[in-house]
Amino acid sequence: MNNIASKLSNEEYEANFAELHPPFTSAAATVEANRCLYCFDSPCMKACPTHIDISTFIKKITTGNMKGSAKTILSSNWIALTCAKACPVNVLCEGACVYNAKGEEPIQIGRLQRYVMDWYVEKGMPQLFTPAPKNGKSVGIIGAGPSGLACAAELALMGYEVVIYEAKHIAGGLDTHGIAPYKMKQQDSLNEVKMVEKLGVTIKTGVRVGETISVEDLTKKHDAIFLGVGLKTPTRLGIPGEELNGVYDALTFIEKVTTRKWNSVDVGKRVAVIGAGNTAIDAATEAKRLGAEKVCMLYRRSEKEMPAYKFEFELAKKDGIEFQFLTAPKRILGNGKVEAVECLKMELGEKDSEGRRKPKPIPGSEFQIPVDMLIKSAGQNIEETFLSGIPGLKTAGGVVVVNSETLQTTNVKFFAGGDCINGGKEVVNAAADGKKAAGNIDRWLFVK
Amino acid sequence: MVDLSTNCGGIKSPNPFWLASAPPTNSAYQVCKAFEAGWGGAVWKTIGAPVMNVVNRYAAIDYNGQKIVGLNNIELISDRSIEINLKEISETKKLWPDRAVVASLMVESDRQIWHDIVKRTVDSGADGIELNYGCPHGMSERGMGSAVGQVPEYCSMITEWVTEVSTIPVIVKLTPNITDIRYPGRAAKKGGADAISLINTINTIMGVNLDTFEIEPSRGGKGGHGGYAGPAVKPIALHMVSEIARDPEINLPISAIGGISTWRDALEFILLGSSNVQVCTAAMHYGFRIVEDMIDGLTNWMEEKGFTSLDQIRGKALPNITSFGEMDLLYKAVAHIDEKKCIQCNLCYIACEDTAHQCIDLLPGDGQPKADPYAAEKKQPTVREADCVGCRLCYIVCPVENCITMVRKENGGKPKTWNELVKELPQPMSLEDLRKFQHEHGIEIH
Ligand SMILES: Cc1cc2nc3c(=O)[nH]c(=O)nc-3n(C[C@H](O)[C@H](O)[C@H](O)COP(=O)(O)OP(=O)(O)OC[C@H]3O[C@@H](n4cnc5c(N)ncnc54)[C@H](O)[C@@H]3O)c2cc1C
Ligand SMILES: Cc1cc2nc3c(=O)[nH]c(=O)nc-3n(C[C@H](O)[C@H](O)[C@H](O)COP(=O)(O)O)c2cc1C
Repeated sequence: MNNIASKLSNEEYEANFAELHPPFTSAAATVEANRCLYCFDSPCMKACPTHIDISTFIKKITTGNMKGSAKTILSSNWIALTCAKACPVNVLCEGACVYNAKGEEPIQIGRLQRYVMDWYVEKGMPQLFTPAPKNGKSVGIIGAGPSGLACAAELALMGYEVVIYEAKHIAGGLDTHGIAPYKMKQQDSLNEVKMVEKLGVTIKTGVRVGETISVEDLTKKHDAIFLGVGLKTPTRLGIPGEELNGVYDALTFIEKVTTRKWNSVDVGKRVAVIGAGNTAIDAATEAKRLGAEKVCMLYRRSEKEMPAYKFEFELAKKDGIEFQFLTAPKRILGNGKVEAVECLKMELGEKDSEGRRKPKPIPGSEFQIPVDMLIKSAGQNIEETFLSGIPGLKTAGGVVVVNSETLQTTNVKFFAGGDCINGGKEVVNAAADGKKAAGNIDRWLFVK
Repeated sequence: MVDLSTNCGGIKSPNPFWLASAPPTNSAYQVCKAFEAGWGGAVWKTIGAPVMNVVNRYAAIDYNGQKIVGLNNIELISDRSIEINLKEISETKKLWPDRAVVASLMVESDRQIWHDIVKRTVDSGADGIELNYGCPHGMSERGMGSAVGQVPEYCSMITEWVTEVSTIPVIVKLTPNITDIRYPGRAAKKGGADAISLINTINTIMGVNLDTFEIEPSRGGKGGHGGYAGPAVKPIALHMVSEIARDPEINLPISAIGGISTWRDALEFILLGSSNVQVCTAAMHYGFRIVEDMIDGLTNWMEEKGFTSLDQIRGKALPNITSFGEMDLLYKAVAHIDEKKCIQCNLCYIACEDTAHQCIDLLPGDGQPKADPYAAEKKQPTVREADCVGCRLCYIVCPVENCITMVRKENGGKPKTWNELVKELPQPMSLEDLRKFQHEHGIEIH
């Protein structure tokens, strides 16, 4: 890579990667918890995909019943620590809080949940639930991301023998490898993994199903299988120059930031990010916070069509990231190492099937942006090759086809959840799916 | 021009805000500082019999993160000598001639001892004397404080001992730890008191430690009851003040005490007949500076309402106090929920459904498309008016201002009180007769 940005000092790193939502002191948590109206049939609970009984866990904070509060949370959501820190709360629970309608600040539900989960971790994650006696059945889970972990925890409590197969050497999926370090630390995700293991779940890391072990073997070994494989690293953009040194895909870069010592990760002085989804924004802010002097995001549509959440966009702007809308990359230029990206100006035309206006290149509008590092983040896909190895399993529109009520796939022995069935949503959706699938696996195995 | 000056049984002050006899009035340094801040008067920390205090004197109830909703103490009277206190009273009075300086006294129940301290107090130049018949701990065990306030005979006897030698006004401070406050009030009157002040603190145990089983606060493992003050006691004080104000046998000026933190609190007491007010806990929480807003707020309110002196408003709320038997049984009101203001927290629903009269329904949303994606799932609490008994619980639990109102339902009829009804219906009253009366007036009990 040309022009590697100079490394931050320890102090600079600490400041740049300080938590976006710092923990509450116990006095502040009590005040905030007491502000909760304890609504009946509360909208926050409905808005949460895992339907945590939010007003109840908050009420328990006010009475000092932390253990009961943790149990209330975990009985709905096994990935509660990550969710507390990484959920887009303002479009979920906090967005539904009745205080919004009152014209006042909503209850800081995420931070209160974190307060409880931090307490629970600090106490050494004591067992809160009694697992049912072993029922003699076994379920295999592919992928130790939030969907797989949630499914595993739930099944283990019901008395199943549960084995998770995880391709990577560390479990946790994107919670471990993907979520921005200023939202949560990797250790948070690893604590959650440990919590699931404590319920008696076996996690075999470094095992890629389809390679290390065949789908067939797995099918024989287990009575049912849950697919929580998420999405695979991005598609190629299909433009010249992608092989140049200094061109990264967003997930590879982000994974380095989350898993390696921060000062071993290089960023260029001038960085361009292609795409404007939440992952693209994470890549851009992480590069900027690691010391890049100038970070520019290129998006082929306009601000209005941008898939990233508004608050993520605001965060990026606050970090000083520039946005070039209606701009698409044409080719990447450089001599061994990336030097510039040539772009085309776009205009918006007809609406597509999803109702988004299609971008069209403006002929002759080529221009170059000099860069030292280029990060591609233009969507992710399901792993077709692996999935096509599962007999009878159908995919459509870039996701695994499931019965939306039961999360059962077209191969009845396989259930699925998380990013691989929704095309990439949030941790909380994966956590909800995992739990829901567990219930349906149980029903299928015992009612069948 | 608004004039805030008051006269309580002959003791004058430029405004109605006095510091109550308590730690804020321990010394000349403090009282002078308070006068500097604007306080109209101060009742000196009670002086008299020798005492020795313990540590951890105070405890407070915090509620939902709000500090000091109620304050409990087991502090005794002044632990400084009578000589020093009287000397400082004398000096303070000389420095602040326009302010009220009142000495609070408590000595053993001996006529000679009382005569002696009263004479010395008069000589100090104090504007008046307050007799502390209220302290509920430490002193009462020794036959002083509330031990006197709880026995009307002692109360009038000691008051007499004081008034027979005092040449300055005497205020008797009552304890609320009694079933009917009018009895000690009448006793004070009988003893020749010039005014009555109330309330002193209320007997309380503040809490139990769930780890050690000790009483909070603990002094070396032991605790006990103390006296409770602060915002939590205000409604009790309001009631007791009104009882004294309305009792035709008493008819004395009142200095009101108990949970007064703001000019609004003070006004309520004045509207219930008190001449001035005394403050302790609020000052202990925030310091003397709170008096600035008390004076300012009261002045602004008076100006806005067109009053120029406190005499114009004193006791103005008293005629509105009545007994249950004089209230109109046929005055009908039902709850009304303003759907535009409602935030669908459904607290009214669950309160009514579980603990009142099951007359609020959760109806599905209005069916109108809303920008808010959650609106579709929202349910609208709606009052079934025919079944609403008008109890007002929903109004109380609703967190949105002016969202639930109690709407008067005109029923055309004349008012009817219980006392009137008792005269009209055959006695002893039967449930059937009462039901018939209710039915005739459209009141159905479900
Ligand atoms: C950069 C980035 C930032 C994000 N930030 C947030 C955020 O702040 N908040 C939020 O809520 N969501 C965020 N998300 C989304 C969130 O991480 C995902 O929605 C969630 O992790 C999906 O969970 P999952 O269990 O479906 O899949 P994953 O978390 O992707 O886990 C899948 C696991 O399966 C394993 N696997 C795949 N194939 C195989 C195989 N054949 N054999 C064995 N193992 C296999 C993978 O190694 C992986 O560990 C972010 C996503 C990204 C990419
Ligand atoms: C710490 C403390 C000490 C007190 N000491 C006395 C006292 O010595 N003499 C007395 O008459 N009242 C004493 N009181 C009672 C107060 O004068 C006053 O009646 C009571 O606190 C109620 O007023 P408040 O609600 O404004 O605090 C004391 C109160 C407190 C809190």
